[in-house]
Amino acid sequence: MPVLARTLEAAGLSTILITMMPVWAEAIGVPRTLAVEIPFGHTLGAPGDTAQQLRVLSQALGILEQATEPGYIEHSLETWHEPLDAAIKSWQPAEPSPIIAELSPKFREMLRSRRRNRS
Amino acid sequence: MVVDSFKYLPRLIAAFYQMAEVEPRRPIPWTPMSGPLDQCTFGLVTSAGLYAANTDSPFDVERERLEPTWGDPSFRRITKDISTEDLAISHLHFNTADIQRDPNIVFPRERMEELVENGRIGGLAEENFSFMGYQGYPPDTKAWEQEYGPQVAQALKSAGVQCVILTPV
Repeated sequence: MPVLARTLEAAGLSTILITMMPVWAEAIGVPRTLAVEIPFGHTLGAPGDTAQQLRVLSQALGILEQATEPGYIEHSLETWHEPLDAAIKSWQPAEPSPIIAELSPKFREMLRSRRRNRS
Repeated sequence: MVVDSFKYLPRLIAAFYQMAEVEPRRPIPWTPMSGPLDQCTFGLVTSAGLYAANTDSPFDVERERLEPTWGDPSFRRITKDISTEDLAISHLHFNTADIQRDPNIVFPRERMEELVENGRIGGLAEENFSFMGYQGYPPDTKAWEQEYGPQVAQALKSAGVQCVILTPV
């Protein structure tokens, strides 16, 4: 989505990207970014938590008002309500996506060989 | 606080993401705000894979199942007053249950309407847009950049939109 932010901005729209992957926004180069440490699929917060959703949106609006240079990034202070292990499990689909299913054996082997090389 | 992009990723998917090459693009484009927020009409653009079940087709996840290195680059128009029952999701990369329960977590039309009502922002576009975020592996975003992104930008501008909130998932 960083490339879409760039495309819309280049076409004359003022954009704010709200993302859980600021590492990509920073690497690719995005006009304005709000980074959130929230599990995937929940960009503005927890379902039903209107106060959290509004806090995230309000910070995004503040960035639109205040940022004066492209590449501006702010990090949200929002936290997630679930313990980490549960959160990692619950955002994932019931079945792995087709690409993960296809590449998993290769990546598992890669991680194993990294561990072997370290020891 | 600095957000950790990899905090919620299982080790395997983190490794998978870290292997993806990202091409830095400079300069970064910039459109200054046209005026104060209460005079801005907003558009929402998400990559959650939303579509209107009654009138539109899902994203082509069937082709993605057959061809896992490909992702559908097209977009769908989502009206701001679409009913939650009509709002469907096609996306194979995350659990969509919470969005189905409360679409505002990626498509915050109710929060935006509240912000319009209390005068913080000027308005919310009638028509908003959804993409489906998975663009293949390695990611190929040419169609977004050259075809579909410019089409969405044109549609938003024609509708009088000046500001856009993008919500990847």
